[in-house]
Amino acid sequence: MLEIKNLHATVGGKEILKGINLTVNAGEVHAIMGPNGSGKSTLSYVISGKDGYEVTEGQILYNGIDLTEMEPEIRAAEGVFLAFQYPVEIPGVPNVTFLKEAVNAVRRHRGEDELDAMQFVKMIKAKTEELGIAKDMLKRAVNVGFSGGEKKRNEILQMAVLNPKLAVLDETDSGLDIDALKIVSDGVNQLRSDERAILVITHYQRLLDHIVPDFVHVLAHGKIQRSGGKELAFELEEKGYAEYGVAAE
Amino acid sequence: MSGKAQTIEKVREFTDEKYKFGFVTDIETESAPKGLSEDIVRFISAKKDEPEWLLESRLKAYRHWLTMPDPEWQKPNFPPIDYQGSYYYSAPKSVGDGPQSLDEVDPEILKTYEKLGIPLFEQERLSGIPIAVDAVFDSVSVATTFKAKLEESGVIFCPISEAIQRCPELVKKYMGSVVPYTDNKHACLNSAVFTDGSFVYIPKGVKCPMELSTYFRINAENTGQFERTLIIAEEGSYVSYLEGCTAPMRDENQLHAAIVELITMDDAEIKYSTVQNWYPGDAEGKGGIYNFVTKRGLCKGKNSKISWTQVETGSAITWKYPSCILQGDNSVGEFYSIAITNNYQQADTGTKMIHLGKNTTSRIISKGISAGKSDQMYRGLVRMGPKAVGARNYTQCDSLLVGDQCGAHTVPYIETKNKSAVVEHEATTSKINEEQLFYLRQRGIPTEKAIALVVNGFCREVLQQLPMEFAVEAQKLVEISLEGSVG
Ligand SMILES: Nc1ncnc2c1ncn2[C@@H]1O[C@H](COP(=O)(O)OP(=O)(O)O)[C@@H](O)[C@H]1O
Ligand SMILES: [Mg+2]
Repeated sequence: MLEIKNLHATVGGKEILKGINLTVNAGEVHAIMGPNGSGKSTLSYVISGKDGYEVTEGQILYNGIDLTEMEPEIRAAEGVFLAFQYPVEIPGVPNVTFLKEAVNAVRRHRGEDELDAMQFVKMIKAKTEELGIAKDMLKRAVNVGFSGGEKKRNEILQMAVLNPKLAVLDETDSGLDIDALKIVSDGVNQLRSDERAILVITHYQRLLDHIVPDFVHVLAHGKIQRSGGKELAFELEEKGYAEYGVAAE
Repeated sequence: MSGKAQTIEKVREFTDEKYKFGFVTDIETESAPKGLSEDIVRFISAKKDEPEWLLESRLKAYRHWLTMPDPEWQKPNFPPIDYQGSYYYSAPKSVGDGPQSLDEVDPEILKTYEKLGIPLFEQERLSGIPIAVDAVFDSVSVATTFKAKLEESGVIFCPISEAIQRCPELVKKYMGSVVPYTDNKHACLNSAVFTDGSFVYIPKGVKCPMELSTYFRINAENTGQFERTLIIAEEGSYVSYLEGCTAPMRDENQLHAAIVELITMDDAEIKYSTVQNWYPGDAEGKGGIYNFVTKRGLCKGKNSKISWTQVETGSAITWKYPSCILQGDNSVGEFYSIAITNNYQQADTGTKMIHLGKNTTSRIISKGISAGKSDQMYRGLVRMGPKAVGARNYTQCDSLLVGDQCGAHTVPYIETKNKSAVVEHEATTSKINEEQLFYLRQRGIPTEKAIALVVNGFCREVLQQLPMEFAVEAQKLVEISLEGSVG
């Protein structure tokens, strides 16, 4: 599904990713771990196509097609989803309006009929119930005044509603207490499927107790330094990132 | 194809264009000779079979106008207006000498309003309260719906030319009482050559049973539109009124210089909403309407209230300050505004809140969005008179820039002549937030749609002031007017 080959990327003229190689197949969950500032969010932005994140070398193949020249909204409509580390507040725009726009934009792209108000309400109601999300979150402006946990839950709701093929979750665990972490990871686990590839980005091992990955990669100094099974996460938890030339925090 | 399906098809065709109201209705018109003179003023007055006093007042205004220099303090730049180059009266021939009943209206005109989505038939809407419409086409009112029904409750809603015949004493008493002909050059011109507009009278204690609206359409070429609206709300009455405006796409600039006067007696309230979508000119700044309008409300009675809500997306130049004179004690003035400019549009808009009575309050919420190469100026005057003890004003003025070639300026004028008055002013200017746009685009929403969502969110407080039905329309309009704002 996702094949990253020798990916180099710069931000503000500075090279952050220095030759990433990574293959993620449908049905797999990969974890990317790494110290702060190692380029984890940069990788997620490069995959999703944020302005200012320049690919200077290499390729990001998504189902065989190179994403690098594609507008972010097209990537999204094609099934690439990013759960943001810091979800953005959009004052005055009700969450439900935003979700409806997004769903219908994606449906239009796929040549499907747009959902009308009734169909949409039915769908969104089912999704919020499945994920145990309070209905009032739909009426409030997108992420405005949301607690850290609510913001992350909102990301998962969007993911559930948009039904992506490739989901990148950037530090979905940061700032969550244990209960919130459980709710969010349950949500992600519900969305695991044979057709979907998931890339979980995290700094800490604890998220991986809840979302158990098939593979773990260590990102440091702009490169994947090591790859392994889920036991690699435990090793990192014990030893920290010191062996990758990063001081313990 | 059935007639209805055809209409829908047509509407769809127009929707595909950027300015979907830019078509021309091909009908025979009767015009006054080109240019402006005393004879033209007399011609208009004669056309309307007006009483002598009105002709005299027109001529007085005209003679005064000749002595007035063009104002120069405004921000927008434009070449001097060639007053002799345009027509001051143009009416569909079929209209003849006066407004007709609905089934006599020229089918071409009915079709025009159908295309514009304005219901010129008396049908109850599925959603609640019906809307009565006065349709002004170039210089004349062509139809007014629900007139009879409104009159059952004593409400008068008719073209102002009809009001002059039917209730001359009311017109004589109030017309020009809030905006005198000497007020400014454009208002003075209007006082001389106004042709039609709407008149509303809500009797004591009556809550108007429906929304009233006037739909202004400029169709003829090289023609100015000079309409006058006068709304009088007697003691304890209430009315909500909405005006909408569109015009064909033409290369020349057309002048629209209107006057709106509102008067509220004790405990009365007028809610006046505008959705202004005159042709804005093309992407290179060619053509478009000069929208130079004087709107003022007088809260004459105690505890009365006047609320202006405007959504200004059209016109090459918008230049207007809907204002409130808060004369009655405890009276309330409100101004809610959204102004969107794109391409080469210019807007110089805002409000004046003149506090005269005790404990008067005013609230100003202005949202300006500039895109393309456009430029906007917000001016707000808050004046606290010596007797306005305990008066309060709150002003919030936010500007949003889309792109880096547009401008936004805010100039508050505050004059306080008594110590107990409180004036609060908050202003912000920001660029459209790239993080927000990326977030929306990452969810599959295309850039222009993403901008429209963010802008609609930015304007929400004002959009909420509009009657529900129009709020939905206005949101769509926000989206359409920002098209092409990103390169
Ligand atoms: N917009 C930017 N301009 C310049 N440097 C940036 C920008 N964004 C991130 N960086 C730098 O890139 C590096 C990687 O950042 P990031 O991808 O956010 O790391 P992580 O998510 O792993 O903590 C950091 O050194 C950071 O300072
Ligand atoms: Mg990060």
